[in-house]
Amino acid sequence: MSKIEVSNIYKIFGPRAEQVLPMVKGGASKEKVMEETGHTVGLDNVSLSIEEGEIFVCMGLSGSGKSTLIRHINRLIDPTAGEVLVNNVDVCSLDEKEILDFRKKTMSMVFQRFGLFPHKTIIENVAYGLEIQEMPEDQRLEIAQGQISAVGLDGFEHQYPAQLSGGMQQRVGLARALATDPEILLMDEAFSALDPLIRSEMQNQLVDLQAKLKKTIVFITHDLDESLKLGDHIGILNGGRLVQVGKPEDIILNPADDYVKAFVKDVNRSKVLRARTIMTKLEKFDKSSVNPSTLYKYDEDTYIEDLVPKVLKERSTIEVIDKEGTTTGFITSEELSVALTKTK
Amino acid sequence: MIKKFLTYFTFPIIFVWLLVVSYNSSKRKPDSVMELITDPSWLYDWPKWLDIPLMKWINDGFKVFNEKYGIYFEVINDFLLGAILSLKKFLIVLPWPVVIALVVAIVFFSSGRKLGTTVFVGICTFFIGFLHPKFWDKAIETTSIMIIGILICIIIGIPLGIAMSRNTKVRNAILPVLDLMQTIPSFCYLIPGIMLFGLGAVPAIIATVIYAVPPLVRLTDLGITLVDTEVIEAAEAFGASKKQKLLGVQLPLALPNIMQGINQCTMMALAMVVIASMIGTRGLGDEVLLGLQQLNVGKATEAGLAIVLLAIVLDRITQAYGKKIQDRNRPPK
Repeated sequence: MSKIEVSNIYKIFGPRAEQVLPMVKGGASKEKVMEETGHTVGLDNVSLSIEEGEIFVCMGLSGSGKSTLIRHINRLIDPTAGEVLVNNVDVCSLDEKEILDFRKKTMSMVFQRFGLFPHKTIIENVAYGLEIQEMPEDQRLEIAQGQISAVGLDGFEHQYPAQLSGGMQQRVGLARALATDPEILLMDEAFSALDPLIRSEMQNQLVDLQAKLKKTIVFITHDLDESLKLGDHIGILNGGRLVQVGKPEDIILNPADDYVKAFVKDVNRSKVLRARTIMTKLEKFDKSSVNPSTLYKYDEDTYIEDLVPKVLKERSTIEVIDKEGTTTGFITSEELSVALTKTK
Repeated sequence: MIKKFLTYFTFPIIFVWLLVVSYNSSKRKPDSVMELITDPSWLYDWPKWLDIPLMKWINDGFKVFNEKYGIYFEVINDFLLGAILSLKKFLIVLPWPVVIALVVAIVFFSSGRKLGTTVFVGICTFFIGFLHPKFWDKAIETTSIMIIGILICIIIGIPLGIAMSRNTKVRNAILPVLDLMQTIPSFCYLIPGIMLFGLGAVPAIIATVIYAVPPLVRLTDLGITLVDTEVIEAAEAFGASKKQKLLGVQLPLALPNIMQGINQCTMMALAMVVIASMIGTRGLGDEVLLGLQQLNVGKATEAGLAIVLLAIVLDRITQAYGKKIQDRNRPPK
């Protein structure tokens, strides 16, 4: 069973959402619904499942419904129709008190503009989730101190958020989310407000943390490079509809429609595709033409960015091996040029 | 459907009923309805019979109200009067240098130990008595009325503002009432105030509250509404209950606005003091009134200056505190 199971979610914003629902279910477009009823379609029949311990990236332009979607998981927004299962429990069936308990224990959230409490110090901010759980003060400050160290903000505990730079503030946001030790981490465009260098640094920090913590992370972004870098799976939203879900390679090599195609057009493929994905399989490869002196062995998980100089400059051939060292396939300049230019 | 039906039909029915009632109760109506058709002169000048007997209704209603519930108002009257008198006595018994020292100490700590403001306020306080020795006790009397009035404003105003910010229906119901309170001339509620509470300080407090509470309600509502939605969402995402959200996040972040509301409340209360002197409230206001009655320009100016000084002192105290919170709460860049 998946950690989070979203099935057939519809969200319509407006005073008579229930009455407009059949029209949306009938397949009317977002524009048509807006024109005829004045209601905004936020999500239109979205279903997806997110596995435990993975980073699921939800990508789309602004207005595509990605922020709406993430808020359904902790029910900051109620769906018009459909259900959201977390740990096999229907989130919408919880009553007022249960939903508060569920938010306290199961998940926490990181926000685009950080959402820090300006009137609390950094350490009080980080301890907020524990304060809500009514943990004694000395205990929660101790945990918060640990989280502050984990994100590298020692010495800033007693400053106020306004005194910190954007990148540091978002680290506080991350520390605050991790302090409650949630199973699920919801990150709503968490790095979008940061400048590129800091953003990439934060992405690396998240990847490192995730390697240790193995949380289930739902990450929202409008940046394809970010989603390819972080995501185990990526879901692409357009106008409230989920147009494609898949691994990063799938999205690049087999874009589902023109919208996704436009998205992946400018991507640096060599940083996303791995040797395994583009190689010609052992049994299909004609080995006779290979010069053994220019044959190099590479692991199948290597990004092809690392192979390009070898193959193109030295005209060598790459022998792709798996974890046990068995040969699984080969890459020559031919495979490489196909992978870097065309979709399958 | 039913709601629409009601709005379409009840209002015209009420209107027609009012017309009939006013026509019937008028003493100067024509002898018969037929006359209206044969003699159309009533179309030129507003006819005497087209007049809602609102004045009579209110007077009759108020009389009954006063007879039936007057006793409760006496209880309120005694309570408020007691509060004012004990506060006043306490402040008058203290030697005046002690009072000045007290004011200076309050300003010093509420402004975050700003020396300039503190010295300035100290001098202003001194000058109230320095202008005319009589003014010192009068200023204390005025201040006592205001402090009680402002406390009532805070007790009523802040919860009302919170209720407004939480619920659009409550807001839509309260907003026109606030408009009414701010536009209706103060004499209109001073008169019933006198009839319920008698002359003196208590009707002045009631008038002060009616006059001064709207800005506090509005600014509390505004302050809470203006709190960054992402910050509120963050609190919700961590499972904060409504109460935890209100006390831990919304109120602290709305505090600069609420303090501004209390400041406005204070200033308006002070403005009311002069008007309230006309219904026999003692204090700095009656010196202005006296100056006016005696055409004594110097006296009126002196008393006016004393009120301004008192305003400055109270304004600095409330402002300074608000500013201190605001400095700390500056939102993240």
